Amino acid sequence: MNAPPVDPPLLEILDLVKVYHLPRQNLFASASQLRAVDGVSFRVTAGRSFGIVGESGSGKSTLARAAIALEAPTSGEARLLGRAMNLAPRAELRRMRAHMQMIFQDPYGSLDPRQRIERIIAEPLACLDGISRGQSASRVAEALAAVGLGVGDGRKYPHEFSGGQRQRIAIARALITRPKLVVADEPVSALDVSIQAQVLNLMTDLQRQFGVTYLLISHDLAVVEHICDEIAVMYRGRFVETGPSEQLLGSPAHPYTRALIDAAPKLQTARRRAPAPALEGPRTGCAYASRCALVQAKCREEAPELRALADARQAACHFPL
Amino acid sequence: MLLEVANLNIDLPTADGARRIVREASFTLDRGQTLGIVGESGSGKTMTALALMGLLPDGATTSGAIVFEGRDLTRLSEARMQELRGDRIAMIFQEPMTALNPLHSIGRQIAEPLILHRGLSKAAARTQAVKLLERVGLADPARRARAYPHELSGGQRQRAMIAMALSCEPRLVIADEPTTALDVTVQAQILDLIADLGEQSNMALILVSHDLAVIAQNCARVLVMYSGMTMESGRTQDVLARPAHPYTKALLEARPRVSAPRGERLHAIAGAAPSADAMPKGCPFAGRCPLTIEACRLAPPAPVTLRGDHTARCIRIDAAERLA
Amino acid sequence: MSRDSFAARARRNASFAVGAALVAMLILATALSLVWTPYPPGAIDVPHKLLEPSFAHWLGTDSLGRDIVSQLLAGARVSILVGVIAVGIGLIFGVALGLAAASAKGIAEDIIMRLCDFTFAFPALLLAIMFTAVLGAGIVNAILAIGIFNVPVFAKVTRALGNNVLARDYAMAARAAGKGPIAIAFEHVLPNVAPALIVQATIQFAIAILAEAALSYLGLGAQPPQASWGRMLSDAQQLMFLAPRLAVFPGLAVVLAVLGLNLLGDGLRDLLDPRLRARR
Repeated sequence: MNAPPVDPPLLEILDLVKVYHLPRQNLFASASQLRAVDGVSFRVTAGRSFGIVGESGSGKSTLARAAIALEAPTSGEARLLGRAMNLAPRAELRRMRAHMQMIFQDPYGSLDPRQRIERIIAEPLACLDGISRGQSASRVAEALAAVGLGVGDGRKYPHEFSGGQRQRIAIARALITRPKLVVADEPVSALDVSIQAQVLNLMTDLQRQFGVTYLLISHDLAVVEHICDEIAVMYRGRFVETGPSEQLLGSPAHPYTRALIDAAPKLQTARRRAPAPALEGPRTGCAYASRCALVQAKCREEAPELRALADARQAACHFPL
Repeated sequence: MLLEVANLNIDLPTADGARRIVREASFTLDRGQTLGIVGESGSGKTMTALALMGLLPDGATTSGAIVFEGRDLTRLSEARMQELRGDRIAMIFQEPMTALNPLHSIGRQIAEPLILHRGLSKAAARTQAVKLLERVGLADPARRARAYPHELSGGQRQRAMIAMALSCEPRLVIADEPTTALDVTVQAQILDLIADLGEQSNMALILVSHDLAVIAQNCARVLVMYSGMTMESGRTQDVLARPAHPYTKALLEARPRVSAPRGERLHAIAGAAPSADAMPKGCPFAGRCPLTIEACRLAPPAPVTLRGDHTARCIRIDAAERLA
Repeated sequence: MSRDSFAARARRNASFAVGAALVAMLILATALSLVWTPYPPGAIDVPHKLLEPSFAHWLGTDSLGRDIVSQLLAGARVSILVGVIAVGIGLIFGVALGLAAASAKGIAEDIIMRLCDFTFAFPALLLAIMFTAVLGAGIVNAILAIGIFNVPVFAKVTRALGNNVLARDYAMAARAAGKGPIAIAFEHVLPNVAPALIVQATIQFAIAILAEAALSYLGLGAQPPQASWGRMLSDAQQLMFLAPRLAVFPGLAVVLAVLGLNLLGDGLRDLLDPRLRARR
């Protein structure tokens, strides 16, 4: 008896590596490399939103761009619904893009200031073949309504809107092709707290309404936790811990995850002592060794791999918490 | 009293006339005290901070008084203000990359206020700069002093800025979103550093931020601003535990919390802050506030004293207490 | 958001206002010259040579009895023609190259930029002289010579600003939307670099007028009986001390035209750029 065919996961990243070559410092030195993403693998299943948490320099934005085929990986693969994106021919990749869209961080830079809103929102329809002018207009109206804007807003220009409204426009643009996957790179970081809540609510509503799965990139644990079922914590180009949100945040296994949770300012008046400042460390051994409060000799010698722990968790640590 | 701000109004010139962006701000601060000013964009918190330094944009006018060490700063000449800046009052800015001159070494920039205000020689100032870098926790300070801003990380640059601000041991330090541009693990360290240094030299600190949690952990007193008006003020403990103003309550509830159940809707505040050209006659929060009544739109609410120095500007405080 | 209209701000901007006025006069003079001049510009009338300004000849006549006003008007025509076509050549080819360089990046970008640098290395005017001397004097060759040197200017400006635009998130969003590099270049890059190009074009126009005047002065540009400000200056040289007005009037015309265009460019830069930058 054959096993029933398994649906390919929505997004699959296999051993992705992205190396940047920095400009040479002088004529005689060789160009140094920056391993922005240093071997990352994960799966996003339809219906289970995935969050990547990391600080600056972690490589999370590079990973996001590679996941959506906006950057070619140095090695490794990014597969959408089973098809490898870096191998697909141009026309096919364009059609694949209908299934994956992106929301950017900066509401002021992600909209072309010289185009009207309706044109901006309709842009991704270029991925689809055979959309008539009328269909395009009705989709745009639908998208505007879904994010709480009016049809009249379509004729306006980006500068006539506030930051929160622009982010709604960006979301409308991301949804117009009814993609299965939406990659959101710090979608609310640039917004005021009261507007963040509006936009996050909108994102969860749309998730239910359109059946979209998010790949959310953020430095803010609370935001990621609010939207995502699974979380991966990224440090210096690698995942140091992955797992379901509640477990990961409730009982973190990796010292860095613990440090992130502790460092997030809490609404309490007592101040807690922050861990000692980071020193630059050598790259042998665990990348986090130089900052870790629980570091031991082995950590500096051997870099830990992601190892499975209990209940679908993984952590890259010799001495998980 | 080190600093006394009384009924400060700040107006900015626009094509259609002057626009009031800060209305009747009043607060006091004594040596060694900490005050947080919290607000979202457009609340006027940064302008208030700049007014204290006399660094408002060209054409801005103020009314009311800013009395620092007995002198009204609003009446001082630019030359007198320059003497104070860096010496008695210092500022730490949000973006260290733009606040530091990319063409000068860190050591030189930290030495500048020392040379200017303390009359130290270049060599003496440089030595002092290295000591300051050590005090703010930079490893290998001598080498760092020779480095340029782009060679340091964000957190290191911010430490360098703090060293610069503190070099002449000012009485008052104003920190405008000092950690917003930094990673969360570095934020905590920088805030600790500012607080520690403040305690050591009995410095008064004004911390401006959009993040209530940052203020909560670092300031004994807080001012909540919205659209230029101070909505609530008092001891941080009181304001956080028993927020009186609907805006403060809404702000506290709108934060996504790590422990909250997932998928649950956040308590968003509907609508958006009034744009500066359409500043309403009455309370700027009217309309967005769930307790708005007609009277709210007619005139700006007067401050109501609750307990001690806990005040709030709202005519619906009683109703607000019944809000969940 | 301030509802200041372009027209309102334009009126307030002194640079723009004065520049626009001068350029408008230049264009009017050209238009007028097509329809009417007091006298035929090339009409030689030796018995009436070197007349002082009078009612019959408002600015007098030159050494061959030609009316100066008529020549100035006709000369305006040449200046405008050269400016428009030469800058047009520069815009079309330069912007195309610049867009290609910014979009293609890598080796192609390097090659294009080095070609531009190569062209910049040559003293433009001397090359224009050589060009017209070799290929023959006349307006057409003068326009070509000046036009060629406009190409690298626009190419460089377009490439630099184009790179800025391509680094913005909305260009990346366009890629995520499935747009190809050519579509992005025309739909996103071009509209956003257009204001800067307009400003640059006014500057290049002024330079073209000066270049044409120089070439005509040397006898390499517009040929008689075609009137040209440069040629008028050249003719006036011999009689500088006898009748300085013969040099002053065409010289003034050149100065005012160039000044007007530069002021217009400055004014436009103020009007167009901060509007875009002040997007918060």
